[in-house]
Amino acid sequence: MSMSQSGSGSGSEFDIPNGPAAAAILAAGIGCAAVGILAFAGDAFDAIGKMLNFYNPTGTLSGVTIVAIIIWLVSWFGLGRAWHTQTVQLARINVAAFALLIVGFLLTFPPFMDLLQGK
Amino acid sequence: MEITTRDLVTVLHGMGFGALFMLAFSGALAELYRMSVGRPSNQLSQRGQSLLGFYLIAMVILAWATVLSGAYIVYPWYRAVPPAGITDMADYPRRLLLSSGKTSEWHNVGMEWKEHVSWLAPIAMTMVAYVTLKYKRAVIAPRNIRTAVLGFAVAAFVATGVAGAFGAFLNKYAPVRGGSVIILMEGEQ
Repeated sequence: MSMSQSGSGSGSEFDIPNGPAAAAILAAGIGCAAVGILAFAGDAFDAIGKMLNFYNPTGTLSGVTIVAIIIWLVSWFGLGRAWHTQTVQLARINVAAFALLIVGFLLTFPPFMDLLQGK
Repeated sequence: MEITTRDLVTVLHGMGFGALFMLAFSGALAELYRMSVGRPSNQLSQRGQSLLGFYLIAMVILAWATVLSGAYIVYPWYRAVPPAGITDMADYPRRLLLSSGKTSEWHNVGMEWKEHVSWLAPIAMTMVAYVTLKYKRAVIAPRNIRTAVLGFAVAAFVATGVAGAFGAFLNKYAPVRGGSVIILMEGEQ
């Protein structure tokens, strides 16, 4: 399904392929999941927690956020480059993006982190 | 009437950036939903589109300002380690909360969740703003794009709500204090 097929207007925005949107949507999901996975890893493993301590006053949170932002931006840039002229299966991208978003929410929720760690 | 620098920055983080970002959701969600209904009469004019773009960019700036000021200015004050021998934990909020079983979960659940989940909001809102600005009126055309835009906007709202609510409670039980005093007004007595 492409924008030009679905759109009824005559503006140029209706001719843009959905690839750039898909890249931004999936990258946002990846970024959210990265926050959760890194938060969980930093909490579950002392060595990773110490490794993520980029800025001592903020502690592990500094590494979690900086690395997650880098993962998000790099994935957005990579996917954007790959899909900038393409029309992709956005339904599948959405499913993946929302699944990753849920991973982000769950892995930042301390009782769920504790459950996974058997605490 | 006086305030400390840490109080002032905490208020700026929570009320200046965070609460304003939270308030802005009502307008953004209503407009995105109205557009997504997809009737021709719901199409935004060029000027309306520009205003929506400005509104969403302002939200993105507020979202990033909130998490960055929280994580890199306020949070270090919150988690400061008291010097040996200190018994009054009033200036060390994290230690104050952890010193009692009645308050420790405000840190272990509240702050631990807030400090991480809040970062989902700027990531999600940046995507929402980018896609809305790039596709303009066409953002409503393919169902899958508007589903993602609305879904991530709602997720950003939920993440902000969690962070904001816990922020308010944490500030009630263990406020960040200290810094130099700024005198705002002098009373008669």
